[in-house]
Amino acid sequence: MSAALAEGHIASAVRTDGTPAIQLDKVNKWYGSMHVLRDISLQVATGERVVVCGPSGSGKSTMIRCINRLEQHQEGRILVDGTELTDDVRSLDAIRREVGMVFQSFNLFPHLTILENCTLAPIWVRRMPKKQAEELAMEYLRRVKIPEQANKYPGQLSGGQQQRVAIARALCMKPKIMLFDEPTSALDPEMIKEVLDTMVGLAEDGMTMVVVTHEMGFAQQVADRVIFMDRGEVVEQGPPEQIFNRPSTDRLKLFLSQILRGH
Amino acid sequence: MSDISLGSSVAGVPEAVPRQPPALTTGPVAWLRANLFSSWLNTALTLVLAYFIVRWAIGFIDWAFINAIWSVPNSQTQACRALKGSDHPGACWAVITEKHRFILFGTYPYEQHWRPAVVCVLFTALFVVSAMRRFWRWELAIVWAVTLITIGVLMWGGVLGLEYVPQERWGGLPITLILSTFGLAFAFPLAILVALGRRSSMPAIRVLCIAYVELIRGVPLISLLFMASVMFPLFLPEGINIDKLLRAQVAVILFAGAYLAEVVRGGLQALPKGQYEAADALGLSYWHKTGFIILPQALRLVIPPLVNTFIGFFKDTSLVLIIGIFDLLTAGKTSIVEPAWQGFGVEVYIAISLIYFVYCFAMSRYSQNLEAELNRHRVR
Repeated sequence: MSAALAEGHIASAVRTDGTPAIQLDKVNKWYGSMHVLRDISLQVATGERVVVCGPSGSGKSTMIRCINRLEQHQEGRILVDGTELTDDVRSLDAIRREVGMVFQSFNLFPHLTILENCTLAPIWVRRMPKKQAEELAMEYLRRVKIPEQANKYPGQLSGGQQQRVAIARALCMKPKIMLFDEPTSALDPEMIKEVLDTMVGLAEDGMTMVVVTHEMGFAQQVADRVIFMDRGEVVEQGPPEQIFNRPSTDRLKLFLSQILRGH
Repeated sequence: MSDISLGSSVAGVPEAVPRQPPALTTGPVAWLRANLFSSWLNTALTLVLAYFIVRWAIGFIDWAFINAIWSVPNSQTQACRALKGSDHPGACWAVITEKHRFILFGTYPYEQHWRPAVVCVLFTALFVVSAMRRFWRWELAIVWAVTLITIGVLMWGGVLGLEYVPQERWGGLPITLILSTFGLAFAFPLAILVALGRRSSMPAIRVLCIAYVELIRGVPLISLLFMASVMFPLFLPEGINIDKLLRAQVAVILFAGAYLAEVVRGGLQALPKGQYEAADALGLSYWHKTGFIILPQALRLVIPPLVNTFIGFFKDTSLVLIIGIFDLLTAGKTSIVEPAWQGFGVEVYIAISLIYFVYCFAMSRYSQNLEAELNRHRVR
């Protein structure tokens, strides 16, 4: 029933233009004997903003990390921008160039300045001239509102600032798709907003985004679709208004009640 | 919200007046009181140890400087021997005065000693220049190549009007410097490759690297040197002869490489997984990731054990004495074989230790500076 709803939603998504940005086909993954992803089938259209939520251990991070092959799935197919993820290094590199990722723990390079963090990949992967890469980096640093920190090292910045740099660093590669893996979970409460604001701005510009997060406010504000995962399965999906106000499964109801109690 | 730094205060709250710490908790007097005289037991211990240290120091100064003999005429060592047996023994530094050129340069032709002397100066200058960060440019590789070629020309000769000196006659400090410099210069890149190989996803490479490390680490350096000098030539076809020093050099490189590889691997493993993932997610290739992200951080982490291994190998080169190569230590030992100078080993060994110490201590101090400098970005 929920699957039927989801398909209806995708069909109604006007942005769909031929190939979906991301397509997962019956994806399965095990850690040892633990079945962490069960028959995940999913499509994300170009320009669509998808929020993935669910209790911890539900496989949402694993799923998003399979999309740029930081984790490998064992069964099923994953297509990004029409290219299938395989062991072929060249197609993997091509996909990673087009997919930006923001991590929970920022993962900035601590031995490089903020500017160097942002220009490294454009210079060496995109073969961009250094000067041009620096201009581009400054443009994105201005966009995440920290151009004045360009010559500092990551260790000198606050968590929120570091995460905004991480977003700018990913954007400098001009990706077609952005993946966010719990981008605000490691932040102090007063810094969450500055990161979410950056992400909202990005969504408004029409970036294709897949966001794993517990920030339900963010989901309601920008998501075209919310996916609820539990125990490695996609349990329910639909527009945020439907997921949050009219949950149809008990698992989602339980999850929502726990989240709301927490707030 | 744009700038967060240590010590910044909340806007609007008046700054607290800075206060000095209580007077008697800092400064040398307070330090002495806290560490050496904190209880009667501590005080007694301090006094007893101080007594022994001072007595020993006075005795040493007496022996090494006040009673010492600095030179004797024509290897007439009677005065030295008399002094040794007397109530106020003294050092016979005459042995150094007399034999220092043999200790430093071994059996190198006497009238050509300026050549190994220049070589030692060149090596030391090369170390000093390479240590300065402002010279860390690709041109440094040219400087190294030119210097090493010059060193080869000086030692061998045979060109530019220099008399040819076969390798068998080389000895002393140049040998120690050659073995350790070439040894570490080649072993270090080898170690990095092996450490990376041990973490490779390709099973064949991984197995090869593990086998190399475990095999080399499993045998003593002495047995490797023996194999290089005695067994290896047996496998060579008739008429082909590889220089003995070169064979020892290869053994040293292989040995140092295995140990350094494990040190480097430690650094690779200490790096958070997120660094690898972030580099992957940006689409960096394996070599870009390794060269720009992984190695710069991993090597900084392991500077202390790395230098530890460097220092160890600088001294381990003295083991080449067992295959008959005259390094600094062996030359020193040989210099007191002569009957006239027998029994003055202490003086010679002290002098040699000083030379080793100067190089090792310089390495140690330099590494501490480098560590502080390179880890400045780690604001913790």
